[in-house]
Amino acid sequence: MNCSEAEVLINALIDGELDAGHAREVEAHVATCPSCAAKLAAFRAMHQAMAETDVKEKAPAHLRSRIEAALPAATTRPEGSGKSRQMTWRTFFGGLTVGAVLSAAVAASLVIAVFRDDRNQQITGEIVSAHLRSLQADHLTDVQTSDRHTVKPWFNGKIDVSPPVIDLTAQGFTLIGGRLDYINGKEVASVVYRRREHVINLFVAQGLGAEHAAMTGETRHGFNVRHWTEGGLDFWAVSDINADELDEFCRRLTTALHSVPPPS
Amino acid sequence: MLDRTQTTALTVRWTTGHETMSADSDADRSRRFREAALPHLDDVYTLARYLMRDAVDAEDAVQECYLRALRHFDSYRGPAMKPWLLAILRNVCVVEFGRRSKQPALADSTDAEASADQNPMWQEPEASPEAALLRRHDDKTIRHLVAALPQPFREVIVLREINDLSYGEIAGVAGVPVGTVMSRLARARSMLRAAWNAAEGSTP
Repeated sequence: MNCSEAEVLINALIDGELDAGHAREVEAHVATCPSCAAKLAAFRAMHQAMAETDVKEKAPAHLRSRIEAALPAATTRPEGSGKSRQMTWRTFFGGLTVGAVLSAAVAASLVIAVFRDDRNQQITGEIVSAHLRSLQADHLTDVQTSDRHTVKPWFNGKIDVSPPVIDLTAQGFTLIGGRLDYINGKEVASVVYRRREHVINLFVAQGLGAEHAAMTGETRHGFNVRHWTEGGLDFWAVSDINADELDEFCRRLTTALHSVPPPS
Repeated sequence: MLDRTQTTALTVRWTTGHETMSADSDADRSRRFREAALPHLDDVYTLARYLMRDAVDAEDAVQECYLRALRHFDSYRGPAMKPWLLAILRNVCVVEFGRRSKQPALADSTDAEASADQNPMWQEPEASPEAALLRRHDDKTIRHLVAALPQPFREVIVLREINDLSYGEIAGVAGVPVGTVMSRLARARSMLRAAWNAAEGSTP
């Protein structure tokens, strides 16, 4: 990446318009280029300054009342004549309209199916971005402990789900803590594990709209992602460990979930 | 499929429902418009002030924008209300007021972009790490700095930093592709950064 390509992407990074892969590329460039690093810092500072100072204008009161007066008043029109004429007209076309409503419903269900697939894609993208953020921003854990009896209560009252926190240290996956994160504008819990030097984020949420009962897996920007739904909760495991190890993690986790009754 | 009786029942219910709606639709429509559009008045006024510069022209443009928006409210299907209103406002500014504004408001978009092309921003001196630290400015100075930008760059900065629109929404308002929004914004921030550091202010 050269500096003029980076310049456009630096802006998109500040404005939160970059996907995780491009964000990583531009951050890699900035790390090696003092001029672009200075630019990023300056743009970010201006962005911050404009967000914090009162640069938005207030519409003057006389303008507000002028516009209010110019808009038609919200008064109810008296029950009109011509109603019976409309009735015959509508009854005549009524049958046709019901047909149209029905085919609209069919079309809508198609849209929903397509949209849901898109939505799963989008959520997977956000999951990977959240994983990347947790590694880059030095904000891996809000509560750092290997004791699941500390991690689990920490989530209480912070989020509307109570994520299962399972210690898999004996199986080679060390519990290192928990964190609140945001996916699709919704708070989700992340339970953080470490496998050698690799971090695994296990995101747990409810009702994000992604629907997969069976476990699905894919690779995004070099990260392996596993997603499944269980007991009304959505689970995503994300890591840069290889696919076999991540599968092993998911298997051990679900086994432990089934064998241990959740502590109250 | 539905048999005949069911179809008739559905028709009657649907028709009756619709009658009730159309009876008070005017009042309802006006109320819905107020609730949807008036909360964005400050945003619309802000863009008008930065585009028109003259306060009286800006107020006229805002009023015209709201009247037009109401006329087209029935066909409004999105985008979000704020970018929709801002797009109408921009249109009003271009068509109705561009000519009589004392300072040319929007007419010279392409000229400004062309002249910016001749003086590319990446010719600015290599920034040292110290230069990354920005001077602190009060809101009045920041407004002046933004207002002093040439038109297409001023517009994109206001839509992004003050009206808080996404790139896609800005593209819709300005009527240009997202790629153009991105390159304009990059140049706008470079120009603003240079002006920002040149302006009198306290060093951090």
